[in-house]
Amino acid sequence: MTDKPKFVYVTYIAAAPEKVWEALTKPGISEKYWFGYRVAADGNPGDLMTATSPAGKLSHRDPIIESDPPRRLVYGWKPLEKDKPDERPSRVTFELKSFKGQTRLTVIHDEFDEGSKIFEMISKGWPAVLSSLKSFLETGHALEPSWSEEDRKRVADAEARA
Amino acid sequence: MIEPAKFKPKTVYVIYIASTPEQVWQALTSSEFTRQYFWERSVELEPKLGGAFVLRLPDGRINVKGKVIAYDPPRKLSVSWQVEWPEEFRKLPECLVTYELAQAGEAVRLTMTESHSWDVPDAILAGGRIGWPAILSSLKSLLEAGRPLAIAMEPPKEMIEAIKRLR
Repeated sequence: MTDKPKFVYVTYIAAAPEKVWEALTKPGISEKYWFGYRVAADGNPGDLMTATSPAGKLSHRDPIIESDPPRRLVYGWKPLEKDKPDERPSRVTFELKSFKGQTRLTVIHDEFDEGSKIFEMISKGWPAVLSSLKSFLETGHALEPSWSEEDRKRVADAEARA
Repeated sequence: MIEPAKFKPKTVYVIYIASTPEQVWQALTSSEFTRQYFWERSVELEPKLGGAFVLRLPDGRINVKGKVIAYDPPRKLSVSWQVEWPEEFRKLPECLVTYELAQAGEAVRLTMTESHSWDVPDAILAGGRIGWPAILSSLKSLLEAGRPLAIAMEPPKEMIEAIKRLR
């Protein structure tokens, strides 16, 4: 069997799809819950999604593949940080479905090669980011960066070196 | 008695909740909470290893029953999980449901793992894969925002068909 790594995560948010869409595409909102990252993804297919770290370093510059607000957003994913493994770009798909004023948000992250190290990282990262997004939209308070001390130190060291 | 080593993790769901491990533990193990976020089901848990575990429907019927396999409040709870209702679901071999709670910064990382002892088809796993995100999203909303979500849901058709095919 050649099961390529594929990450799927579903979360339900008490907010309209338009609000969730804004939070996913506007840097001024993403920086409040995405642990300080400014993610700009409100372009058309062919435009670029960019993400900037809290220290102001460019961490993503990937093509937007599909954009159908507020239902479906697809972009490429290739981390630019020097400490990240050099792998081929993967792909992130967001599907937003409305019901009773709430949103079912599905995130599918695929197109990895077998044994991908980035796959392991994003599998830990998305639950934290999407939990924080849900908290932010429902209560106005995002979560603190919640990965381990060790990871936090690794990120800080990489930023200091860059 | 169940042999946990024979059960392999098939579905894992991780969610971070702005709360304390003690509060999340209470929400998982007390019926005042489960009635609000777990489709009105009441949990009944005998708080010890080997103790009885029941999920009861509002009309009193038993939805799920099992035994406590791991009990370490507020860090780990594992129960065996035999579906009693709907009746045709009784054909399903029991599975294990495990909750693990860990402090993560100022939040709690809750990990739910559903483990199975047989080569369970994806169509049957679909039930949990659709249900757990709804249940645990609602739990998070309840603890953080004070209000559960309104998510109506039926078991997926593919799952019901796959259960009919079981001997």
